[in-house]
Amino acid sequence: MVMADTRIVEVKNLTKRFEEHVVLDNVSLVVERAENLVVFGRSGQGKSVLLKCIIGLMAPDHGDIFIKGTNVLKLSIAKLNEIRKNIGFLFQGSALYDSMTVRENLTFPLKRHFPEMPQKEIDDKVKHTLELVSLEDAIDKMPSELSGGMKKRIGLARSIIPEPELMLYDEPTTGLDPITTKEISELILNLQKKLNMTSIAVTHDLMCAEIIADRAIFLKDAKVAYEGNIKELTDSKDPFLKNFFGHELIKA
Amino acid sequence: MKLPHLKFGRRLSISDQIYNFFATMTGLTIFNWEFIKQAFLPPYEIGEVKKHMDELGVKTFGIVSITGFIIGLVLAMQSQPVMQRFGAGDFLPGMVALTVVRELGPVITALIFAGRVSSGIGAELGSMRVTEQIDAMEVSAVNPFKYLVVTRVLATTLILPVLTIYVIIIAILGGYLAIVISEPMSWQYYLSSVLNSVEFGDFIPGVAKTFVFGYIVGLVGAYKGYTTEGGTEGVGRASTTSVVLSSLLILIFDTVLVKITLWLWPTLG
Ligand SMILES: Nc1ncnc2c1ncn2[C@@H]1O[C@H](COP(=O)(O)OP(=O)(O)OP(=O)(O)O)[C@@H](O)[C@H]1O
Ligand SMILES: [Mg+2]
Repeated sequence: MVMADTRIVEVKNLTKRFEEHVVLDNVSLVVERAENLVVFGRSGQGKSVLLKCIIGLMAPDHGDIFIKGTNVLKLSIAKLNEIRKNIGFLFQGSALYDSMTVRENLTFPLKRHFPEMPQKEIDDKVKHTLELVSLEDAIDKMPSELSGGMKKRIGLARSIIPEPELMLYDEPTTGLDPITTKEISELILNLQKKLNMTSIAVTHDLMCAEIIADRAIFLKDAKVAYEGNIKELTDSKDPFLKNFFGHELIKA
Repeated sequence: MKLPHLKFGRRLSISDQIYNFFATMTGLTIFNWEFIKQAFLPPYEIGEVKKHMDELGVKTFGIVSITGFIIGLVLAMQSQPVMQRFGAGDFLPGMVALTVVRELGPVITALIFAGRVSSGIGAELGSMRVTEQIDAMEVSAVNPFKYLVVTRVLATTLILPVLTIYVIIIAILGGYLAIVISEPMSWQYYLSSVLNSVEFGDFIPGVAKTFVFGYIVGLVGAYKGYTTEGGTEGVGRASTTSVVLSSLLILIFDTVLVKITLWLWPTLG
């Protein structure tokens, strides 16, 4: 508890299994204030599950999760919601509400978390956040009218609009073209710089990771297999990492 | 709320199907208790309930109008020669009205409503579940059970009685049409014999049970949708099984409720 004010997230010995299948095995990690942690891992290695455990959408089988020193696994739903006010979550599949317009999607978390916020301020925030993801024109569209990449950016806008202290990004740039990928990565970096935002970002995308990461971990076989900064991981002599980050074809 | 998982696959053995049946009934009972627990706690999301009632009304207005009219029409057409053969032709308007008010109106409206609405709720909540929209609500400090389930169940419970009364009126009009096609009868005469034969005690149990039917339609659709597993295939399954299960429960509860009414008011029999 002494260190609590600089540690935004602390995961201790987290284990999660689905029936016999162990997805996370004794995983521990710490994220300091205003740090961007990138989580790598091959498909199906439990990256999304890790983020969902942190936000309380899935209950781990074992272990503890502290957010700003509070053990979130032991909280009532009301207390947990208090903490969630300060956390943004970008879903891998965007999870836009398809019965609502883009505007309504963005105002939903604001109205729910901050019922007293004046309408004028809400409108300004919606406009401003859409500008950040360069989709001002989409404001009155329905999600079904958006392309996959646009959905991703609206999902991002919806998760950052309350300006949370902690952001959990599940593949923020997957499916975007290289230019948009760069723009979105820079946006994430700016949020960190300007708002002192802390984040955990799951990604396969090296370009994004190189732009945003202060530190990275690599999940493999349900454990944190590697940890370090991006350069250490990409320059590693470890055959697995070389294969993951390299361009060479896998030799038979 | 911990709900049992169902087994699914292309070929389920008999024992899997029996397991699924009991798991569904258990799940539905737990879901029902959760509804009762949460419906009375704030926030009430009245705006959402109204919105859903509007949508349900608009969505089912056309189909129940046609159905109601045809029920009255066919019932009168079928019964006319029979009643005349027994020398009871004068009782025709009353017979049509009583049948529609006490049984056909409530049950057929509920079955049509189940087909249209239960499947819709199942599919809607099901796709929200598999695309993680329900999780997204939870992250935004919204209680998705309240926001999505409670509001829809309240809406179906409150709107079905209204639709039923409307169907009864339309069916009685349909009955009149069938009669005047084959014999002259004034509207005044028809209406007064309808009103003379239907008592308040016929009307109340008929309409009262539609609250139960509306509740069943909402609850089953929401349960199937909310607990959807297995991607888009699961959404399809949620939608079709909602209709089957809610129709079945409507018929079962109808039997039970008719029995209870006759027991409480033996004079109605
Ligand atoms: N609700 C669930 N029920 C059962 N198994 C699940 C569930 N959610 C995830 N899993 C399993 O957990 C494992 C990890 O899933 P997860 O979604 O975390 O992978 P991921 O690392 O995010 O992969 P990707 O990069 O493809 O998104 C997978 O094997 C998946 O089958
Ligand atoms: Mg994932």
